[in-house]
Amino acid sequence: MSNRIQLSRRRFLQVLAGSAGSLLVGIRFAEAADAPLPPALLGDNIHDLGPYVRIDEDGSVLIGARDPDTGTGVATSLPRIIADELDVDWDTVRVVALGLGVDNDNGKPSWTYGHQVGGTGTSIPAAWRDLRQAGAVARWLLLQAAARRFGLAASRLRSDNGMVIAPDGRRFSYGSLAADASKIALPGNLPPLKNPADYKLIGHGVGDVDARAIVTGQAQYAIDHYYGDAVVAVLSHCPWPDGSVAHLDSTDTLAVEGVLKVVQLRPERGQPLGSTVIAPAVAVLAENTWAALQGQAKLKLEWKPGASHDASSNALEQQALGLLNSNSEPTTRVRNIGDVDAASKKAARRIDATYFQPWLAHATAEPMNCLIRLDKDRASLVVPTQAPQKASAVVQRLAGLSADKIAIRVPRVGGGYGRRLDHDYVAEAVMLAKVINKPVRVLWSSEQDLRNDYYRAGSVHQLGAIIGHKRQLLAWNQRMASASALSGRGVPDDHLWTSELQADQLPAALVPNYRSDWYALQSATPRGPMRGMPHLSNAFAVESFIDEIAHQLREDPLNTRLRILGEARQLPLDNGRMLDTGRLINVLKLVADRIDWKNWLRTVNGLGIACWHIDGAYVAHAIEAAMQGEQLVIQRVVCAVDVGRVINPTGLQGQVAGATLDALSIALNAAITIKGGQVQQRSLKDYPLATMAQLPNDVEVITVDDNRDPAGASFLAMPTAAPALANAVFRASAVRVRRLPLMKELLRLL
Amino acid sequence: MLQSNDQTAEATTAIVPEKIRDGIDLQINGEHYRHTGDPQMPLLWYLRDVLRLTGTKYAGEHGGNGADLVLVNGKAVSATNQPLAKLAGKTVITVEGLAANDGTLHPLQQAFIDEDAIGCGYCTPGWLIAGIELLHRKPHPNDGDIDQLPNLCRCGCQTRVRRAIKRAAAGKAVQR
Repeated sequence: MSNRIQLSRRRFLQVLAGSAGSLLVGIRFAEAADAPLPPALLGDNIHDLGPYVRIDEDGSVLIGARDPDTGTGVATSLPRIIADELDVDWDTVRVVALGLGVDNDNGKPSWTYGHQVGGTGTSIPAAWRDLRQAGAVARWLLLQAAARRFGLAASRLRSDNGMVIAPDGRRFSYGSLAADASKIALPGNLPPLKNPADYKLIGHGVGDVDARAIVTGQAQYAIDHYYGDAVVAVLSHCPWPDGSVAHLDSTDTLAVEGVLKVVQLRPERGQPLGSTVIAPAVAVLAENTWAALQGQAKLKLEWKPGASHDASSNALEQQALGLLNSNSEPTTRVRNIGDVDAASKKAARRIDATYFQPWLAHATAEPMNCLIRLDKDRASLVVPTQAPQKASAVVQRLAGLSADKIAIRVPRVGGGYGRRLDHDYVAEAVMLAKVINKPVRVLWSSEQDLRNDYYRAGSVHQLGAIIGHKRQLLAWNQRMASASALSGRGVPDDHLWTSELQADQLPAALVPNYRSDWYALQSATPRGPMRGMPHLSNAFAVESFIDEIAHQLREDPLNTRLRILGEARQLPLDNGRMLDTGRLINVLKLVADRIDWKNWLRTVNGLGIACWHIDGAYVAHAIEAAMQGEQLVIQRVVCAVDVGRVINPTGLQGQVAGATLDALSIALNAAITIKGGQVQQRSLKDYPLATMAQLPNDVEVITVDDNRDPAGASFLAMPTAAPALANAVFRASAVRVRRLPLMKELLRLL
Repeated sequence: MLQSNDQTAEATTAIVPEKIRDGIDLQINGEHYRHTGDPQMPLLWYLRDVLRLTGTKYAGEHGGNGADLVLVNGKAVSATNQPLAKLAGKTVITVEGLAANDGTLHPLQQAFIDEDAIGCGYCTPGWLIAGIELLHRKPHPNDGDIDQLPNLCRCGCQTRVRRAIKRAAAGKAVQR
């Protein structure tokens, strides 16, 4: 039996009776809500667990995690939201990764769980209401079932840790009530949610649900799954994305024991999804990985370049400077408030600076891989992806299957950072499975990944500030040139800027005259989303520049920021949200206090500060650094974040400290360079992520917990770490670093 | 298949012991194995493809971020760069072999859980192996010692790993 409550225009809460007396509660989307639940969902195959919560007769509680966990902790935080409302002991909960939910509604496939995406900071905000309601409804049903057994009104009963308890102390376990509860009709109105003061899990920290499995080597990533007879495919990609094979001799490769076949892949380019193979490749297919790798080493393979053979990141940067200096019309005028030109005429002084940022690679820990079993009428995959629906779209198009014929499992993912929002490796798996007619595992090396990424493009930012006679910021003019991550993806030209700039980024809404322009560069090197973009590159430019303004005005940079922010108030942003300057001021002051900012001029070391906001979340960093000869020592790092309600403080601390170190690691040394149309970096030796020794020993994290709906936090602490460091370096060395990576530029200027 | 009596008798008299196949004897996590295939096969693929001990991770052609570290005779080495031929008679410990047989975790494993020193978790086995080797060499490592760990982590777990190592070291001191 099944009944449901409409939550909003498109979402339903649905309750079902499972086999063997279990209660199932889930949120389904309108297009999926009428579809009969496949019997497998009610059975014992927990990997196909449909709804979010399942309470079995034996008292075990299974909670599904809808979004892929790439290390953001959503497999822990999302189920805890349900478990708290349900009022169960966290130790009795088992969390199951749901995989892609697809329903077949009379031949029309739809997504069971709505939008499933990980690592974009959207998981918790999107789930907050739904998951609490799912938990509250399940609890309400259990209370009703108990009320009938006790012969008491449900209002006289209370729940505690998986039990319903009568005033006289008699109690029933949830497990014993599950079967009855599943038969009770849903209430007309949603039951009330818990009073936040009664939260036992939300706001209380817990470690990752997979921690024990991970430290014992039992946690399985996609790369750890084996279909018994899967062929292993390793690929050699053309170093030019638009190049082709000049010469191929696979005789020696085919002589290697275990090698089955050598296949050339000539991918289509410019597909609407922008997510097929990025470069032509030669795949060696073998019975096992070692045979495939040996075969690959014996390929006699030469490539010839395509039209992009003379492209270089240097030339692109010169082109960007040329564009910005030419006074030519921007590709897009992103924001134009007031009149910057008129304000210039009233200027007491004008401050200008140009900032440069390099191309970046994702360098995920788990290399790209995809395990696929492709039959005539169906496909099943195990894929490390951040966006299983996008992976499905690639399979649909290349295999000619509809979504409901494609099963996608997403185990824990070994890092995403935006790389796994694109699915070239899935496309390769489909193409190879069609050729070999057996299950296939596509396996990349991390070196190959570094050379065949969807890179964060380099950019040039020209900033201009018009200062009035009262030292006030009269006008702000920002011009940025970059190659959009969205070009070639079917995005209209007038939206290509959205991956590069934010209309609302600081100090927008705070300056009466504000203009931001974007200039498009063309590049054949593939680009894609990167953790924190476009905030990552823009915050570095803006927050460094504000420090330059403070220096020119002979002001304390904290005071300059506070002066620009003004009174605590709500200011409307372009995206319909509000900028709460009070919350931004608060995080700034928190880090300033913690790092003892009032001594910023007296300390022999340098102190630097920066703040930012992303989608209703606020962040500030304060960093203390010193030069010891040619060594930069980062002595202290403090970060304060305000994300509204904190679901899991332990997880949030980890995300904030982690993003801080990630941002510092990238800013210190990382750069991808392009020369002769090719990416130059060959391994992590050429793309040096920071070692323990280069990073600070600790990151002090301050979290502001309040009662606002939670915002995402997975990359919140990325944008401000590098400018806070560069600002500290300026105080410590008098060198203003306007170009990343920081260490190279610092040593050049010292 | 059932055979007639005289055939069995004949077969019995004709038995010749099978020639002992050449192979490489290894001890992995306390178990004995004999590898009779290509001696140049790297330990990583023997662990993963043959034994399905997938805790030791593939991290690229040269070991990349250190997720492929294992202990060979107590020393942390990259499993990607260890041909089985070099491992004859040696003892190998992988992340699966760190806990005691009864499931009790190694103090550093427990400390990783207690300090939440885990991001995506893919490189965690490598950090554990490197950290345990360090604790064996230096039961009370200082920051400078911990700085020497070769592992990389894009999730930014380094400060939490540092705390976990110190916690494990402190725990050991208390036990003594």
